[in-house]
Amino acid sequence: MANDHFVKFENVDKSYDGKQLVVKGLDLDIAEGEFVTMLGPSGSGKTTCLMMLAGFETPTNGQIYLDNKVISDIPPHKRGIGMVFQNYALFPHMTVYENLAFPLRVRKIPKDEADKKVDKALSMVSLQGFESRMPMQLSGGQQQRVAVARSLVFDPQLVLMDEPLGALDKNLRESMQYEIKHIHESIGVTVVYVTHDQTEALTMSNRIAVFNDGKVQQLSSPDELYERPVNSFVAEFIGENNTFAGEIIDSSGDQCKVKLNSGTEILANPIVAKAKGEKTTVSLRPERAIIDPEKEMDNNHKGKIEEVIYHGDHTRLRLDILGNKEFILKVPNSSNRIDIKAGREINIGWNSVDCRALDPK
Amino acid sequence: MSQKQILSSDGIPLEESLKKAERKNKLKAVLLVAPLFLFILIIYVFPIGDMLFRSVDDRMITKMLPKTFNAMEKWDGKDLPDEEVYKGLYDDLTFLKKNKTYGKIIARLNYEKSGFSSLIKKTVRKINKFEEGNYKEQFIKVHKRWGKNEYLVALKNTAPNWSYAKYLKGMDRKFDQDRNIIQVEEDRRIHKILWLRTLNVAFWVTIFCFVLAYPISHLLATLPMKYSNLLMICVLLPFWTSLLVRTSSWMVLLQQQGPINDLIVWIGLAADDNRPELMYNVIGTFVAMTQILLPFMVLPLYSVMKTISPSLMRAGKSLGGTPLVSFVKIYFPLTIPGIGAGCLLVFILAIGYYITPALVGGASGSLISNTIAYHMKSSLDWAFASALGTMLLVGVLAIYWVYNKLVGIDNIKLG
Repeated sequence: MANDHFVKFENVDKSYDGKQLVVKGLDLDIAEGEFVTMLGPSGSGKTTCLMMLAGFETPTNGQIYLDNKVISDIPPHKRGIGMVFQNYALFPHMTVYENLAFPLRVRKIPKDEADKKVDKALSMVSLQGFESRMPMQLSGGQQQRVAVARSLVFDPQLVLMDEPLGALDKNLRESMQYEIKHIHESIGVTVVYVTHDQTEALTMSNRIAVFNDGKVQQLSSPDELYERPVNSFVAEFIGENNTFAGEIIDSSGDQCKVKLNSGTEILANPIVAKAKGEKTTVSLRPERAIIDPEKEMDNNHKGKIEEVIYHGDHTRLRLDILGNKEFILKVPNSSNRIDIKAGREINIGWNSVDCRALDPK
Repeated sequence: MSQKQILSSDGIPLEESLKKAERKNKLKAVLLVAPLFLFILIIYVFPIGDMLFRSVDDRMITKMLPKTFNAMEKWDGKDLPDEEVYKGLYDDLTFLKKNKTYGKIIARLNYEKSGFSSLIKKTVRKINKFEEGNYKEQFIKVHKRWGKNEYLVALKNTAPNWSYAKYLKGMDRKFDQDRNIIQVEEDRRIHKILWLRTLNVAFWVTIFCFVLAYPISHLLATLPMKYSNLLMICVLLPFWTSLLVRTSSWMVLLQQQGPINDLIVWIGLAADDNRPELMYNVIGTFVAMTQILLPFMVLPLYSVMKTISPSLMRAGKSLGGTPLVSFVKIYFPLTIPGIGAGCLLVFILAIGYYITPALVGGASGSLISNTIAYHMKSSLDWAFASALGTMLLVGVLAIYWVYNKLVGIDNIKLG
């Protein structure tokens, strides 16, 4: 039976200098076999969490459990956690084979068995035949795969990846994302992945923990995170986002009325700010607003096109609407596209469900 | 030969127009390098060439006794030479006496065979009274050694313009009368001891430096910037202090009434009236040289360690290697280029070190460089000093060659 608390952070604090907390009272549960991504801007504490899990940093306070055992007192080499480092950390003086055999050799696994494991790990990343190469002779993508294979070769239950794709170019990064995702699916190992790239996080993860300011802001599945952000930081950080600042003037169940700073009143979905008189930031995804909606929508407003940016598969419009001059609208580039030009006035509408009243910024 | 010549667009062969285009740049490069090249030529190549030359140059005596050697060419060395040789000797010595330059040959000949000093002096004193003709008899009358074959053979042996006798002397060997190479008398074999001591000191100083420098360099490379800068200054401070001051401060510390001896007595390792000699012997040389050469080990090690990513050790540990295993299998092999550079540097510097052993080494702690200096300054046997210097140079080159074979010079990293 899968363990829902395979990795457990319990009220973990971390401070490096005794003055500032990098991680504040962190609680986090990761289930066995899950692919969890820690996502956040730099300095948000995500890498620190990973390092504490790997054993290279000690929590200032709180406990970390791995498979129901406290691991704070276990040194890194006894934790049995595979790790892929940011710059791969392949041993430059060893061949690919020796790199992969290192964790097996220190575990005193017999040579023929080790050879099999190395072969299996290399075939997993389609690098058979590269055994005798030195890391310097490999391309960035190949080095990355060796690093992944090395972290898996000794069959760890948990693999940590610290921004492993950061140094690769865009195309390679995308194909590696799928590759890592498929490896995870095929062997069912638990993966904790750290990145600051939200596309990467959305592509690969079962669940994403959004970090900011030493705290997990939201831990949920990618679609949940995008569709239903719980606060304005998450809404801003994941995907594109249009915001209006205002104050709730009326609230009834799943709908509320927000009076914007420009004076207009709109209908919104009360998520964080619910009570009358509360300040709020209303968040709306750019693709949720529609030009000249056919069906009746509960928010309908006029805006002026300030700028038109062609993006191939879609066109982005920057609008001046309800006092927000940075309002972005995405229009798919289909054959029957309406005539859009800068300076034109258009009518746009959106549903109050998509318009989330979050905490004020 | 059917290779087609590629022409550039104006019909000139491509190779030629490329040369033409690059000529100006090449000229500029040559002009930029020329001053340095000349400088190196003047301050490095010429002196070393001169040293090599001096160590084998033996023309002085040939120039001063030209007629004698001319006459000796026909002599086979078995019996006493003919009148002709003595006539030549008479002419040469008369000339030297007139110019008062015979002093030079006395030292040279006496080195070849002792006894020549008094022989020449006495002969020169009386040479004015010689009558013309029958010089052989008159020479033998002045000093009976002129009638002994061995002296005349020794004289003939100094005739060649070039000689490697100084090199033999440096190896405690010499020519006997019949030009065979033999060892010198047992109580005069001092150079072998000196060479071995020099190698021994250089070896151990290198080892001590390595043992001390490795942890320091590691600390330097891994500490946060503000601490490592301070530590770096501590390492470099000796560099900015005069060598003489550093050595003298060791003399203060190591002397018999000095603080280190006080400490040893206070701990109870030695009695107050039986304080150990820490200076004017090989211990002083070891201690002072290790301290002085330490930066030369620290700097290459540091620059190599600085490039080793800390994530490599972390990777080693996360893969299950204990800290010791990770160090031995990962960190240490990666520092070998720095170790090689540092050891080579320290060893080569140590093998030719002069001031420190001269000041704190005493008799039992002095090295080959001190002997070279002695022959340069005191005994004025420049040829011998040059020969020793050349042997040292060859030794260093040999070490370099062995090192290149073992480690590979490409694996050296100085920064």
